[in-house]
Amino acid sequence: MTELSQTGAAVGEPTTGAAPDAFLEVRDLKVHFPTDDGVVKSVDGLSFSLEKGRTLAIVGESGSGKSVTSQAIMGLHRLGTRGKNVRMSGEIWLDGKELVSAAPDEVRKLRGREMAMIFQDPLSAMHPYYKVGDQIVEAYRVHHKVGRKEARKRAVEMLDRVGIPEPAKRVDSYPHEFSGGMRQRAMIAMALVNNPELLIADEPTTALDVTVQAQILDLIRDLQKEFGSAVIMITHDLGVVAEIADEVLVMYGGRCVERGPAAEVFETPQHPYTWGLLGSMPRIDRETSERLIPVKGQPPSLINVPSGCAFHPRCPYADIPKGNVTRTVRPELEQVGTGHWSACHLSAEDRTRIWTEEIAPKL
Amino acid sequence: MSETTKPQSADGEVLLRVEGLTKHFPIKKGILQRQVGAVKAVDGIDFEVRKGETLGVVGESGCGKSTMGRVVTRLQDPTGGKITFDGRDITRLSTGQLRPLRRDIQMIFQDPYGSLNPRHTIGSIVSAPFRLQGVEPEGGVKKEVQRLLELVGLSPEHYNRYPHEFSGGQRQRIGIARALALKPKLVVADEPVSALDVSIQAQVVNLMDDLQQELGLTYVIIAHDLSVVRHVSDRIAVMYLGKIVELADRTSLYEAPMHPYTKALMSAVPVPDPKRRGQKNERILLRGDVPSPIAPPSGCRFHTRCWKATQICATTEPQLVELRPGQRVACHHPENFADQAPGDTVLLSVAQEASALVPDAVLEESAQTGEAQTGPGAKTSTGKAAAPKADAPVEEPAGGEGAATDAPAAEPAAAAEETAREVAAGSEEPAAAAEADEPEAPKASQEPGSEESGSQESTGK
Repeated sequence: MTELSQTGAAVGEPTTGAAPDAFLEVRDLKVHFPTDDGVVKSVDGLSFSLEKGRTLAIVGESGSGKSVTSQAIMGLHRLGTRGKNVRMSGEIWLDGKELVSAAPDEVRKLRGREMAMIFQDPLSAMHPYYKVGDQIVEAYRVHHKVGRKEARKRAVEMLDRVGIPEPAKRVDSYPHEFSGGMRQRAMIAMALVNNPELLIADEPTTALDVTVQAQILDLIRDLQKEFGSAVIMITHDLGVVAEIADEVLVMYGGRCVERGPAAEVFETPQHPYTWGLLGSMPRIDRETSERLIPVKGQPPSLINVPSGCAFHPRCPYADIPKGNVTRTVRPELEQVGTGHWSACHLSAEDRTRIWTEEIAPKL
Repeated sequence: MSETTKPQSADGEVLLRVEGLTKHFPIKKGILQRQVGAVKAVDGIDFEVRKGETLGVVGESGCGKSTMGRVVTRLQDPTGGKITFDGRDITRLSTGQLRPLRRDIQMIFQDPYGSLNPRHTIGSIVSAPFRLQGVEPEGGVKKEVQRLLELVGLSPEHYNRYPHEFSGGQRQRIGIARALALKPKLVVADEPVSALDVSIQAQVVNLMDDLQQELGLTYVIIAHDLSVVRHVSDRIAVMYLGKIVELADRTSLYEAPMHPYTKALMSAVPVPDPKRRGQKNERILLRGDVPSPIAPPSGCRFHTRCWKATQICATTEPQLVELRPGQRVACHHPENFADQAPGDTVLLSVAQEASALVPDAVLEESAQTGEAQTGPGAKTSTGKAAAPKADAPVEEPAGGEGAATDAPAAEPAAAAEETAREVAAGSEEPAAAAEADEPEAPKASQEPGSEESGSQESTGK
């Protein structure tokens, strides 16, 4: 607490170097982008692990570093000229292989085969000039030595699997001929064509209507069951999280502020920011309360992350801990339950009291 | 339809009344640019907004809700129908005639980045309405603008800054300040919070709420997020493919939705409570996508995705009828209410496929409520129309109720084949199947009659 120990150690995992048991393990990941205005610390010391067949939801507002994290895992920051503008450190272990220090070529071999990604906007993620089928075929043939015909058969099979009607015909359509929901399905088909063991979905349903969103979430869930892959779901919608996640990681200002089993994080959230997120959401399943409880202020700038606890300028409870600790000392993740971690200076008693007396009744 | 609104308008003065509003965008082709079709974005809607209330408009993308907002504010010209604002017909006013009206109707836009001119300072953006309208507020424009900025939670020092210096939530506040500058009577907000982060979204929702109370504003809030709409609205209109399918006050709509589409829409909203994940038995999945508004489906536009669709749904368009006080629904087979076309019980084949995606619990529940309310409910609502029969709603195998229940589909010849196939497919008892084969002709001739009287009833109301 008093010492600024690194997150990896604070989480109680082997510090560095050794390959972990977990399928995916991220240790003290930092992704910084130097710019003219200063260094943007998009991800600043993030650690978590994920097993196969499980779903981790990363929640946070725009600019909290959740998308950068996923792109770092996929090795997308190191492509082309972008690679010169980023500073990455830490470790990402995927199935016994370390990715941060690995050569770009090696990461490329994994990308698409062992790990795949679904993006928020399928229209910009697919090439408008090529037929949907050809794009899936390409993704397949990069990793499998098969002929065109066979790859095409596989593409049709995948389109069918994700629920596109008349796949044999639709395989020759262009992306613009698909509706939003169908494009998202096609992109899922493309991502899953190589049976990846890790699927990262970056806001996969944000651009979709609720009815289509329900279809897509169902699809992701079914496919995960079928293929047993690990899924990282990046979203800002706590409803989606509750729907699909086994574990939740809440990010704020490039760091993890709370992490734990989904049921527990929703039942007894431990961080004031998580309370804020829950209080900000109008809920369809509860009586309509008169007012929402918003988080005051604006999300922090990642160039000048507030000192101490990054959330302190917006936190209504920042003055409760004694001294100036919230403004000067950055809180580390502490265990607050089985597999449940939170980075907050409030004492356990204060947290429990505030949650049960002040926050929970108003939700 | 206008009469149906009368009993309600007693509650409060109607500020905005929309009757039979349509907006079609022509599709032109060839050198001569001949019109070959039209996107029927808004296709005949009726509603009214009372002073001081908030009307929420929900629907999937492409259902015409934004177009509706733009036509109501006369940013776009309606193709047909009538808009009455504050007792005055504004449907055909010219640009010049509209100008004074712009003081009273303002709009808040979705995109806080696109709706503010990046070359203008905040002061000039928010004071634009005063300039354009030639209004000189008390104490000068600058003072008034600074007061407005304070009102929406910004600092008056922001007067000389440019939009790029603000975050999304702050920009949305600027847009709100601009909309409120001339003290409008009606504010149409098109997705005011959907571009914002959750925590900021709550700030803006609360702000709009406060301003409504302070200034007595009337809102039309267009949004696709059902949780937000529920939070902010007094009454809610649900749109599907250019039509309003259900219009009701908030509590009725969310507690007892009558249109199957409303029900499906609401069941799809993810709830932030992992404990409810196991209870998937409430979720209704809709098949496929919204059909094209260029060639909307015949009859009820939702029949291609509805699990309750029968022959009548494919042929006759249901009218928006007030089934319960304050709850208007356009459906032949509403949920939580007596069936409006009880004779028509044979499901379309699409509906059978669709019902495979509907949890059994939902089907059972709707069967029960339908049955329970068929008796007295049907009498009051449909009046002289089809004599209320002890009918089990569509999905129920007809069971022992025999003769009275199974008046087969109204459509003769063409549908007969399908009907027979479906009946044979086993959704009906063998006895019913036999019946469907034989007395087809007489029944078919009776049914359209009762149907017509039904629809006349509703239009005449």
